[in-house]
Amino acid sequence: MLNYLWGFMLLIGVVYGALTGNLPALTDAALSSAKEAVTLCVTMLGVMSFWMGLMRIAEGAGILSGATRKLTPFLRFLFPRLPREHPANKYIATNMIANIFGLGWAATPAGLKAMEALAELEEDRRKAAGTHSGRAEEIHKNKAGLLSGRAGEVHRDRTGLFSGQSKGVSAGASAMPQGAASNEMCNFLIINISSLQLIPVNIIAYRGQYGSVNPAAIVGPAIAATILSTAAGILFCKVADGRRRP
Amino acid sequence: MNFLIFLSNAVIPLLIFYIVALGLSRRQNIYDDFIKGAAEGFKTVLNIMPTLIGLMVAVGVLRASGFLDFLAKLLGSLTSYVHFPAELVPVTIVKLFSSSAATGLLIDLFKEFGPDSPLGTTASILMSCTETIFYTMSVYFMAAHVRKSRYTLAGALFTTLVGTAASVILAGLM
Repeated sequence: MLNYLWGFMLLIGVVYGALTGNLPALTDAALSSAKEAVTLCVTMLGVMSFWMGLMRIAEGAGILSGATRKLTPFLRFLFPRLPREHPANKYIATNMIANIFGLGWAATPAGLKAMEALAELEEDRRKAAGTHSGRAEEIHKNKAGLLSGRAGEVHRDRTGLFSGQSKGVSAGASAMPQGAASNEMCNFLIINISSLQLIPVNIIAYRGQYGSVNPAAIVGPAIAATILSTAAGILFCKVADGRRRP
Repeated sequence: MNFLIFLSNAVIPLLIFYIVALGLSRRQNIYDDFIKGAAEGFKTVLNIMPTLIGLMVAVGVLRASGFLDFLAKLLGSLTSYVHFPAELVPVTIVKLFSSSAATGLLIDLFKEFGPDSPLGTTASILMSCTETIFYTMSVYFMAAHVRKSRYTLAGALFTTLVGTAASVILAGLM
């Protein structure tokens, strides 16, 4: 993704600069931007080191694992079909808490683990659904055989087939076909993309570097906006999850 | 809004106090923990440094060529009647694809207009409440061997839209 994005930014810049006669300014910008990136990173080194250090203390004090446990009711609400003891629960919770505290490096591995665990869950569901549909087929064959027989018996058998099928679905044996995302995966990713980070340390650092009078002034509004976008994500998941159950 | 301003000023000091006090009360070796974490943070920034240099050069070139202004003018007519500032369109769109490329554009906005300007504030909130969609989806779905993402993209775009609208409105209130 970044390959093309980065490449085209430079290509468009050079072509457009040549057309508008901005090539000298462009040379200057390329060199000064590179230097500036280093200056910015020096500021970031301080801020991020401080923040990660603080978060390490929080981790040691059990704040992160405590928060992960407190997330359980929320997970039940968001993933009603996810079994309570499934390992995916732990990974999802770890990922969300790490995101809330702005620990991207800890969030991603847990998130990937969560996706793998959810893929296994779906695989199990497919197996369960597979044996079920196998049974349904057998019944169907019986029905076809009976068609030549008495009508009353056919009717009885058919109603039996339908009730059996609906019972199987409500028991949660239904699954997405291989290669398609399960509802849990969709919900997890939507909440993830809705951004959970409460304190945008890096943005505060950038603001400080470029002369903001009060770099942290955006923290309150940023928390409010994050809550709003996450709430919108939850709402979307609940509606989509309810409507498009496999 | 007063509450949000209070929150902005107090949340980091309060968090520092809470975490340090809790660590001490649990007889934890907080200084060692801090140093270990700080070393990790240091490494993280060093790792992103080449990325940031590459992207800031690309954005710098794009800005100097006049293309960003051209793009803003072009999109301005489209976005003006939904009250969305045209200067923020590039950062909003690029953020969908790459967080670090969007950071380059954010810094460009800070340089052009200042971080405390209405545009700078809106962009700061915008960057804080949205996440990159396509990158996250491709990495996470790859881990699960999933090709059909079903309603994920629609939901992700919806949350981004709400976050973007909230940023413009909240920054307007500040």
